[in-house]
Amino acid sequence: MNGFKAILLKEFAHIRRDPTTIFFTFMVPVLQMTIFGFAIDVTIDNIPLVVLDLDGRQDGRRLVEAMVNTQAFEVVERARDEESFRRALTSGRAKAGVLIPANYSERLLARETAEVQMLIDGSDSQVATTALNTVSLLATQLSAGRARTVQESIQVAAARDAHGDPAAPVEVRSRLLYNPDLQSAHFFVPGLIAIILQLVLLFLTSFSIVREREFGTLEQLFVTPVGKAGLLLGKLVPYALMAFGELLIILVAMTAIFQVPIHGSLGLLLGLSWLYIVTVLCMGLLISTLARTQLEAIQLAFLIMLPSVFLSGFMFPRSEMVWPIRIIGNILPVTYFVEIVRGVILRGADFIDLAPQVLGLSICCVGVMTLSLSRFHKQIE
Amino acid sequence: MTNDLGVIQTRRLTKHFGHVHALDDVSLNVPGSSIFGLLGPNGAGKSTLIRMLCGVLRPTSGTGSVLGFDIAEDPEPIKRHIGYMSQRFSLYGDLSAIENIRFYALIYGLTPAQRREREEAVTALTGIGPYLERRSSTLSGGWKQRLALACSLIHQPRILFLDEPTAGIDPVARRDLWDLLFSLTHQGVTMFVTTHYMDEAERCSRVGYISMGRLIAEGTPDVLKAIAEVTPPGTRRYELTCAKPMNALAQARKLDHVRDATLFGTVLHVLLDETMSPEEMLTTLAPGDAVAAFRRIEPSLEDVFVALSRSRAAEAAA
Repeated sequence: MNGFKAILLKEFAHIRRDPTTIFFTFMVPVLQMTIFGFAIDVTIDNIPLVVLDLDGRQDGRRLVEAMVNTQAFEVVERARDEESFRRALTSGRAKAGVLIPANYSERLLARETAEVQMLIDGSDSQVATTALNTVSLLATQLSAGRARTVQESIQVAAARDAHGDPAAPVEVRSRLLYNPDLQSAHFFVPGLIAIILQLVLLFLTSFSIVREREFGTLEQLFVTPVGKAGLLLGKLVPYALMAFGELLIILVAMTAIFQVPIHGSLGLLLGLSWLYIVTVLCMGLLISTLARTQLEAIQLAFLIMLPSVFLSGFMFPRSEMVWPIRIIGNILPVTYFVEIVRGVILRGADFIDLAPQVLGLSICCVGVMTLSLSRFHKQIE
Repeated sequence: MTNDLGVIQTRRLTKHFGHVHALDDVSLNVPGSSIFGLLGPNGAGKSTLIRMLCGVLRPTSGTGSVLGFDIAEDPEPIKRHIGYMSQRFSLYGDLSAIENIRFYALIYGLTPAQRREREEAVTALTGIGPYLERRSSTLSGGWKQRLALACSLIHQPRILFLDEPTAGIDPVARRDLWDLLFSLTHQGVTMFVTTHYMDEAERCSRVGYISMGRLIAEGTPDVLKAIAEVTPPGTRRYELTCAKPMNALAQARKLDHVRDATLFGTVLHVLLDETMSPEEMLTTLAPGDAVAAFRRIEPSLEDVFVALSRSRAAEAAA
């Protein structure tokens, strides 16, 4: 522990004098929370729709009305002919098009199947899936509605409700747990804690060591009797404390601004956060033993950040990933911590619920720590 | 630790970086309270040697000891008793001069009382007093070196390693720094200095010359100047002053009686066979030159190193 106090004080002096460090530490979370908390809304509605109504009578108009009423669609254009209908789709003005044939009303009246053509732009799969699901549900409802009218007239029904009126034979009642309003902030903001902590810690710690290597001050330190433990702790503890302060700020913002309550134990969350902070500090240290320049450190940090954002389950569900990609996620500490934060905050999970994730994160921690400490020597080369 | 044992000793010390032989078979013995000057061109291995002696670079083979501790096996105790100034400024530019000094005082674990006393001592010694509150990145080259010296002296080291301490600072600052180093040797500190400058080498108690990773010569300046290879029997060394030294040099190189000729600024150093008289040389090399003159000289250290480098290169080529 030789020299711990000296290094610690010096490191705080650097931080105090370097506005970019402070800016980076406290602006990054503000920006990220604004983007993910407010800007990104994963529930899709108001898909631009182009309508070509060749029928033009009440039934056709009702169909379009029903589509707009789902709030999934918004009519942006009413085409006069097939040419302008296609043009609206190819130009991208509309993401979906509905073509109502001229004989739509007649066929309904004749109790024949009336075919409506729906064209959907598949290039954005999320929009396309929403459009597809909405129209098939709509078609089922419209068909069921017409069928019920027919049932009424012939006095036979597949099922009846408590009042004796015809009803659907099977009814599924869904209840949304943990995030009843399906707000994306609830999904993103807790996960963001894991991402922001890693981003800030990884860059700050690897930079603080590589910078000294680049400037030659590390070599100067190696010539002194400073201990390895004193040197590393003195350099890493300030950033661990900054990260913890940042965590508290995010938690306050999350509950106050985004109205995401913490269902589980705050103590458990903070305790496991320390395990995560230590793991990421060691990752930063590992980068600093591999990188000779700050530029190399940036590149290595990005190499870790990209899969952390995309493969950890923070943005996309991991169950949808093919197994080689899932394995990459399995070796990233952030994967386990995203699960831990969401578990504690959204589902009120306790230690037993999270045991597998805690174990995974602990293994990551021990692994990274062993690797980085064995690579860091008081030697140059 | 007696003087003849030496505070720094190496035996066949070798460092390879992959295929590059940065240092080969260097054996040295530096007595205490002396100034040892290590000379040699860039890339000769001077910094590599210093870094190994300071315990931050592991030797590939060979052994070395500093103050009796092995540099490869037991480098940490060495670090309590040495100071090191690297080639470039390696203090914290965003900290003030006094903050840098205090940082090193803390690193070396001085007690508060010792800290105050040493801060005053190194401030007085280096004269950095008026600049203590300045950010060290804003100091001039000479003052940066003085600050670095102050930091490396805070713990009263017994040996000071200085890697080109005067590179890039002005002549006045250079002279002041050397005066400072001399006053330190009088206090019993051993200096291990690398330099490019021959005039600095002349001021050292012992010098070594290193070229392409090998220590070519080592000893006191007087001993080195007396090496037979430098002034072989039957030859004499003259300094030749003339109007067109470049022409004279070209002529000298063609003359069989001239063993060696080197241009030093505007004068020519000529190693001449005794079979030719200096007057004869003068008329041959600078015919009709009214201002031409000669005088017999002792070899300078530069003559020594030039002569030794040439004969080593010739041996290597043979």
